[in-house]
Amino acid sequence: MKIVTCIKQVPDTEAKISLENGKVQWGDSPLVINPFDEYAVEAALQQKDKHGATVVAICIGPDSAREALKHALAMGADEAILISDAALENLDAQGAAQVLAAAIRKIGDADLVIFGRQSIDSGTGLTPAQTARRLGWPLLSLAGSIELNNGRVRVERVIEEGRQIVSAALPAVLSVVQSIGEPRYPSFMGIRRASRATIPTWSLADLGISAPTPLVEQRAMFAPPSREQPCEFIQGETVTEIAEKLVEKILAEKVL
Amino acid sequence: MKTLVYIDHFKGEVQPASWEAIGVARNWGTVQAVILGASGEKLVKQAYEYGADEVFFCDDSSLDDYRADLFASTLGALATAQSPDVILFPTTTRGRELAAILAVDLNSGVLADVTALELEGTLLVATRPIYEGKLFEKVVCRGRPQIATLRPRAFPRPPRDESRNGSAIRIEKQGESAIQVEGYAVSESRVSLTDAGVIVAGGRGVTNNPAMAGADEATIARKGFELIGELASVLGGAVGASRAVVDAGYIPYSHQVGQTGKTVAPDLYIACGISGAIQHISGIRGAKLVVAINKDPEAPIFKVARYGVVGDLFQVVPALTEAFRKRLGK
Repeated sequence: MKIVTCIKQVPDTEAKISLENGKVQWGDSPLVINPFDEYAVEAALQQKDKHGATVVAICIGPDSAREALKHALAMGADEAILISDAALENLDAQGAAQVLAAAIRKIGDADLVIFGRQSIDSGTGLTPAQTARRLGWPLLSLAGSIELNNGRVRVERVIEEGRQIVSAALPAVLSVVQSIGEPRYPSFMGIRRASRATIPTWSLADLGISAPTPLVEQRAMFAPPSREQPCEFIQGETVTEIAEKLVEKILAEKVL
Repeated sequence: MKTLVYIDHFKGEVQPASWEAIGVARNWGTVQAVILGASGEKLVKQAYEYGADEVFFCDDSSLDDYRADLFASTLGALATAQSPDVILFPTTTRGRELAAILAVDLNSGVLADVTALELEGTLLVATRPIYEGKLFEKVVCRGRPQIATLRPRAFPRPPRDESRNGSAIRIEKQGESAIQVEGYAVSESRVSLTDAGVIVAGGRGVTNNPAMAGADEATIARKGFELIGELASVLGGAVGASRAVVDAGYIPYSHQVGQTGKTVAPDLYIACGISGAIQHISGIRGAKLVVAINKDPEAPIFKVARYGVVGDLFQVVPALTEAFRKRLGK
């Protein structure tokens, strides 16, 4: 069995994000594997543990994105491929799906493709569904648990109203949510293996496609307006007095 | 301008952001609404009441259960037949992926999880959060029709006019599904944080009550959430939680607020015993008014709160419940 996980590299969630000359800055914070994608790697490794599988992590990004792939390798992925091309700089979700679908076809024989639910940078959450549609494979999204049996995959989808249990024949595309289980820490051996691994780079020419035309165009970025008022601390002699004052303040804001 | 709005529902229960989308589209011109699946026909009148000019539905039994591929193909055929300028979805689990798939089929782009919209002629200029709401971007769609998903509660819900009505236009389902629906499991507790007007949330502070010294953490946390639940109930709100207490197993995951959980946009957010990890703060950026109760005056949550109380939630929360009860006459 072969499982492909699609990952992205993003600034750490703790990073202070700002804009400088129209460019996004994240200070000294490291670039990391997108936190949701760690769950995707974890989900793939869980199936590997149960059924045996080759887990291939793929990532679109600049050369620095190798570090995210190394993290996946250190967790236990077997292979990693970086998709890097100067023509991929302004990739939108749909473009990413097109590139990933081409890479998954080139890898060949994938039984499962697993995504995290969304990236924390652009955060569109569109790519898993769009990749599935491009491949023509069923999409089982927001999986909280996964079972493989006789060439079929069965998942519990975590939706607003509870859980929907669905199944489909392989190959299939999944996105996973946190209920899948906390991502394992890279082992010492894993880290050593990852540091020695060779990660091939595929260009658009290797994939046999031209650069996707962006369908969504960014016009501007801006920081959210900073809060005008600092926190007003409510004080009083007794808790009751504090509570009553606070209630009046809240009611005066007319939000209720 | 003509807009097609997808009405997202589960077994006849509509995600209210669908009506918000109708409200947005009404400002631009003609509104077509589409409702797929069982109970769809019952919702047609409601769609007219919220402002649709034409309502399509398909109650083919193969659509009784949501399946992304089949729903998207059926929507795609309708979009091709009607050629709207814009297709709007609520940003729900279903809306997001249907928009994604439809965009592939129609070779257009998706403006995802939009929080504000302007119109330049017939071009949508959408504002949407990026980097977990630490920044925003303005984006436009280069394909046609333009497809957007609207974040719940980012746009006002239109008034409902019960005198409005129209015909239910039946459409055919298209395509087949490779997905088999085997059943449903109800989540431990049904909370809809994304649609809540008021959220009262608890964090690690719920495990810290000196008056209950000796009791185990789980017992203290249960009591803490009981108090939080009472305040939420007086305010007609929902109970939220920080990641720490969800991870500790004191409250189900469905209550989690924050980056790895849910982004919320209530009118009032009361954070009780939540220190304010950066992910949590990102998750509540959409809240109109944030009130924080915490023992530690240095807690980062106070940096985003409008009003704060430095104190023990086990004392402040019940006092607040009582004060609201009196003041609101409940």
